[in-house]
Amino acid sequence: MKLSARIWKFPDDINTDLILPNRAFYLTPEEQARFVFSANRPGWVDLVQPGDILVGGRNFGMGSSRPAARSLKKLRLGCLLADSINGLFFRNAVNFGFPALECREVSASFEEGDIAEVSFDDFTVSNRRTGRVLKAIALPQALKRIMEAGGLFPLLEAEGYLAPKAVTARA
Amino acid sequence: MGMTIAEKILARASRRNRVSAGDLVTVGVDTIVLFDNNFMPSIWQDVLKIDDPARIVVVLDHRAPAPTIQSAGAHCTARKFVEKFNIARFHDIGGTQGICHQIVADYGYARPGTVLVCSDSHTCSAGAFNCVARGVGGPDVMYAAAKGETWFRVGGTVRYELSGTLKRGVTAKDVFLRIAGTWGDHATQNVEFGGAGLKGLGINARKTLATMGAELSCEFATFEGDAMLADYFRSIGVDDVDMVMPDRDADYSELRQIDLSLLSPLIARPDSVLRNSCPVEEVAGIHIDQAFIGSCANGTLDDLALAAEVLRGRKVARNTRLIVTPASQQVYREAVREGIVGTLAEAGAVITNSTCGACGGGHMGVLGPDETCITASTRNFKGRMGAPSARIYMASPATVAASAITGKITHPAEFLE
Repeated sequence: MKLSARIWKFPDDINTDLILPNRAFYLTPEEQARFVFSANRPGWVDLVQPGDILVGGRNFGMGSSRPAARSLKKLRLGCLLADSINGLFFRNAVNFGFPALECREVSASFEEGDIAEVSFDDFTVSNRRTGRVLKAIALPQALKRIMEAGGLFPLLEAEGYLAPKAVTARA
Repeated sequence: MGMTIAEKILARASRRNRVSAGDLVTVGVDTIVLFDNNFMPSIWQDVLKIDDPARIVVVLDHRAPAPTIQSAGAHCTARKFVEKFNIARFHDIGGTQGICHQIVADYGYARPGTVLVCSDSHTCSAGAFNCVARGVGGPDVMYAAAKGETWFRVGGTVRYELSGTLKRGVTAKDVFLRIAGTWGDHATQNVEFGGAGLKGLGINARKTLATMGAELSCEFATFEGDAMLADYFRSIGVDDVDMVMPDRDADYSELRQIDLSLLSPLIARPDSVLRNSCPVEEVAGIHIDQAFIGSCANGTLDDLALAAEVLRGRKVARNTRLIVTPASQQVYREAVREGIVGTLAEAGAVITNSTCGACGGGHMGVLGPDETCITASTRNFKGRMGAPSARIYMASPATVAASAITGKITHPAEFLE
């Protein structure tokens, strides 16, 4: 998988309360996505375009286990790149099928609005403006397969643990 | 090189001789804890088979009793799931209700040497019981329930060697604030607690520290087993526990010493708990609209008892409200028996039923615009407990209780003679 898109930059320690605030809990996943960064960057969801790439700093997605990765997926973002990704958020990204890579110097290497070219085949990230090419941390094959399958729900459905069409009807 | 506690447990659970930092392991899961939010997406109606109902615990806690039709719907889905798979360990609204991590403690669901998952980030709480416990995601717990296994990336381990004894009015929460304030996040790493200082830290204090491991972003927060832990298990009728100790030559990424006797009350300023702590004196005098004591971190009997000690014979300040939420109905009943609830109520505190409640801004203590709160709970993130413009300071139950009396941030020493 290869992506090429505009990036939006966010600071260190972005927490999941900012991505999916409590007041959006009872809404549908599509409606929840309208609340992404509403406390720290109001109006951003109206600016971001499908395919755009999020660039974060250290420990992106810290905090609660809530399905914040699903909200980013529902915004149809291309992927997340961060200097480091919180372990729990990373699990949710893999298991909800939202592409995410850790890339140590990505935050310092991009300005907002730069175009990033990302390869999930050789795990490289390049900045079209500066020409700089970064090596991201390779995803283990097992996790890449889950991510590409769209997460764990489709896998469980395929293996007969979930009723047929459960994912399209209810996930 | 030997292994740390977390590595030993993960090695056993993944049927390997050893694991070390950098490994990706598939492990058998001993205990899967589900809670009401899990059942919010109705996809849980579509689960056709699960690996072993005896390994599952279902708890209604985040919004309990239900404050909205949607949360009531999640409770209904949970009850149907429990019935469909004949799950014995179900904690519905009633006498065995409580925050899932306190339920795990009350009923001994987390045993030394085992693997426990739950899709609440504070699941590391159960690390107080010498097991590996991790907050995972919603899809994760369904996968673990269905197949009996999950995956973990093995991280390095930071060991905290504790010595000394906490001074009066200084708590495990202050130990956490010291760690988070000094060293910041522990992302991708395990945290291990041990040393001679454990003798003076009760099970509830250990649970506070382990719970707050989530705020350090660590993988697992695990305590050594000791005689106190064995006594605790005996007190709830469990005799056969097999404690896991680290190897003498375990490979730690760092070893840090903390002399508990040198600590004093700390507080986290609003919006973050990482590198954001200061002595209570530095922010003393700031007006407080709401004071809260509760959550999986600070709703234990010891927390409530300490708050009552501070508040005995005193009143909550005018223009300030104090909300106290016991971590389980069992804790609530014990607090009633010991006169703690009476003392708190006489002081003007509102004591709610057990639930996650105000900690997550779900119900029973949501903050309004521009309000200031001091909380003994898990997080102080922007918007966490209500309006994004509210300011949340985080401290120990003693500091919160003292602040409720004066209506402003206050060092607890003046109320603890």
